[in-house]
Amino acid sequence: MTPESEEELSAVLAERRDPVLIRGGGTRGIGMEASVLETGRLSGIELYEPGALTLVAGAGTPLAEIEKALADGNQRLAFEPMDHRGLLGSEGEPTIGGIVAANISGPRRIQVGACRDHLLGVRFVDGSGSIIKNGGRVMKNVTGYDLVKLMAGSWGTLGVLSQVSLKVLPESETEATLLLPCPDVATAISRMSAALGSPFEVTGAACAPREGTLTVMLRLEGFEESVAYRAQRLADQLGDVSLVSDRDESRRIWREIRDVSAFHGTTGDVWRISVKPGDAAEVSSRLEAEALSFDWGGGLIWALVGEGSDLRQRIGPISGHATLVRAPTDTRTRFGMFQPEPAPLVAISAGLRERFDPRGILNPGLMKTPAHA
Amino acid sequence: MDMPVANPAILARKAALVERLRAVLPEEALISDPAETRAYECDALTAYACPPMLAVLPGSTQEVSDILAICHEMGVPVVPRGSGTSLAGGALPTADCVILGVARMNDVLETDYDNRLIRVQTGRTNLSVTGAVEEKEFFYAPDPSSQLACAIAGNIAMNSGGAHCLKYGVTTNNLLGVTLVMMDGTVVEIGGGYLDSGGLDLLGVICGSEGQLGVVTEATLRILRKPEGARPVLMGFDSNEVAGACVSDIIQAGVLPVAIEFMDRPCIQACEAFAKAGYPMCEALLIVEVEGSEAEIDHQLGLITEIAQPHDPVELREAKDADEAGRIWLGRKSAFGAMGQINDYMCLDGTIPVSALPQVLRRIGEMSKEYGLDVANVFHAGDGNMHPLILFDANKPGDLDLCENFGADILKLCVDVGGCLTGEHGVGIEKRDLMLYQYAEADLEAQMRVKDVFDPSWLLNPAKVFPLSVSEARRGDLADVA
Repeated sequence: MTPESEEELSAVLAERRDPVLIRGGGTRGIGMEASVLETGRLSGIELYEPGALTLVAGAGTPLAEIEKALADGNQRLAFEPMDHRGLLGSEGEPTIGGIVAANISGPRRIQVGACRDHLLGVRFVDGSGSIIKNGGRVMKNVTGYDLVKLMAGSWGTLGVLSQVSLKVLPESETEATLLLPCPDVATAISRMSAALGSPFEVTGAACAPREGTLTVMLRLEGFEESVAYRAQRLADQLGDVSLVSDRDESRRIWREIRDVSAFHGTTGDVWRISVKPGDAAEVSSRLEAEALSFDWGGGLIWALVGEGSDLRQRIGPISGHATLVRAPTDTRTRFGMFQPEPAPLVAISAGLRERFDPRGILNPGLMKTPAHA
Repeated sequence: MDMPVANPAILARKAALVERLRAVLPEEALISDPAETRAYECDALTAYACPPMLAVLPGSTQEVSDILAICHEMGVPVVPRGSGTSLAGGALPTADCVILGVARMNDVLETDYDNRLIRVQTGRTNLSVTGAVEEKEFFYAPDPSSQLACAIAGNIAMNSGGAHCLKYGVTTNNLLGVTLVMMDGTVVEIGGGYLDSGGLDLLGVICGSEGQLGVVTEATLRILRKPEGARPVLMGFDSNEVAGACVSDIIQAGVLPVAIEFMDRPCIQACEAFAKAGYPMCEALLIVEVEGSEAEIDHQLGLITEIAQPHDPVELREAKDADEAGRIWLGRKSAFGAMGQINDYMCLDGTIPVSALPQVLRRIGEMSKEYGLDVANVFHAGDGNMHPLILFDANKPGDLDLCENFGADILKLCVDVGGCLTGEHGVGIEKRDLMLYQYAEADLEAQMRVKDVFDPSWLLNPAKVFPLSVSEARRGDLADVA
């Protein structure tokens, strides 16, 4: 199924009785057995107004096409969506609809917000075939309930996106990265907290082994003089840092962090754990991980673990959640991709899915908390 | 503005309800004397008033839960209230409702600088959140004009914005978690100190739901370190079009100011007469503020004035110090007070694409002549959030109706050019009946499904947001409950 218009998409879903697997570019591998519904023909940039910082595009528009148009206007998607292809060994072209449906954000999330924070409006078709719009293309909009946020990160389970409007931001003139070796994770987290609690507008705070040494990486972006000034002030505050002032080199570092390049080509399961930064050292110590990478000042932990191990069991109760990003199908079926939710939230989420997808045909089961959890 | 007629069956339960509430609340937290409930008859949309049946002022999440469970069982509607500063009638009671005010719940529960968050009870005022973290040079970013008085509960309900959201976003972008009490009394924790939801983004839909999905009693908010400094530049132009073009050029050039405020001639005149801030008399005035170190500010203001030069500004005044900065902001910050001196006014809140600014201002000018009512425009230009102030005389028969019709026409114009009815004030009762102008029935149906899940009996904050004709079938259940 490859509908060519929103109307066609609506007609398909209105009649559909069996499950569909919704696919944008197919790069994020949700791996379910069902007929595929592709959004690839709902493609194209419909509006781009650089002076208003807004872009509207069909959900199936390739990310590359959007990034090209924005680069020509010296702007960007500031939430810095991750490319999953290297990590998952998947192929295809990521689409903007897939990014929105999965609420994919990168290192800059800590400063500018997530994908959902940049999403101004959506058009989608629910499981009964109803065409629904919410939000719009302006930056401030509180007209009615915010289904825009609800759709971001709903992984297609409430409806199939047909169009998205996004807030875009200016590209920065330059960027630089401070490197700071640390003896252990706890120290690294506290250094990142100090940097993020400074007035120097750090737009990336990550920590991973670098040439064998645990290293904190801090990114500064903006006008050249300003970046130089803030880098100096931060260096004075943190001590013992080295500076990567070459823009391209700095960009390479953050692309690798964004895409978790350190885990590319490895074997084992990959988990993505979202916690309060202050809990990161303790939580990560319980993971028995083969490799770790921290982003978002410690609030995001990437863990590479042996195949088939129940990481959620090891972590125990946390304020946060662990998502299984890469694993063989049987492991994913056993643990579920998403962290089981407490009972009242399960009831609310199930109620919403039931009303937006009464026949249970949209990526069924993907976000559901298993009954035994 | 129609409101549902009070349900006599519910009014008849007042004595029984009071008795049950007494059992779970301290005496001073329950207000049933009509002389005292009158204090809750309206919010900042004072044109509409209706005393509630009762008012309750709980002191804890448990008390909120008890109150809601009792009201749910007895089929009594509940209208949550923060500080009552809504300009949209978001806290307007019905005669058969219980007003649930969170004002007594105003404690700071946790301050965590390492994780850059604060947890508060939601009766706390917006400004006092910043007040609680100022000693360490931190602040809470959303800054609605009413921030001295407005409560975090109301900010979350309406997804409030402010002058600085071009850079820092609105409430939803700064909210990490909530404790939500549902209408049946169930207490739910959503989010917390971590970023991003692990399942459906319920936090995102609760924020901005105008108190119709549950009562938020506690909130985890993102706090930020204050910038080293901030200074504005004031620029005057010969026409609204030129000022609008300048805004667009600044944004495109890659400078991202924290605020870009726009005032038109009627507004400049009123502010100048009131505050004597020394504003130039011109057609349009921009105040652009940037942040950073002294050198960074100088650099950015230099860029901005360079961008502005080709637009032939009639005045260009860079603030060199805090004193000059204060004078530049003085007029803008007294805009609403200045207007209040001249006349009664109605403040609108539509948002438009920035590119439509000149066209919309021109059309508002024409409509002003057609209606015979003056309009002053003051707004957040960077994000297209307009605040046209329509001046009218509340004592003159028919003037309020005329003003409301004019306001509705302006909001429809905002929708026509690709914008929306409300950017930061919320729908409440004020824009309720215009919702079908912006949304199709299927769009509203989708929103109402969310309410069906959280509040199946439709008891929370009744008769707001959705046109009564659209929500009728659902509200019909109301009288049948209990």
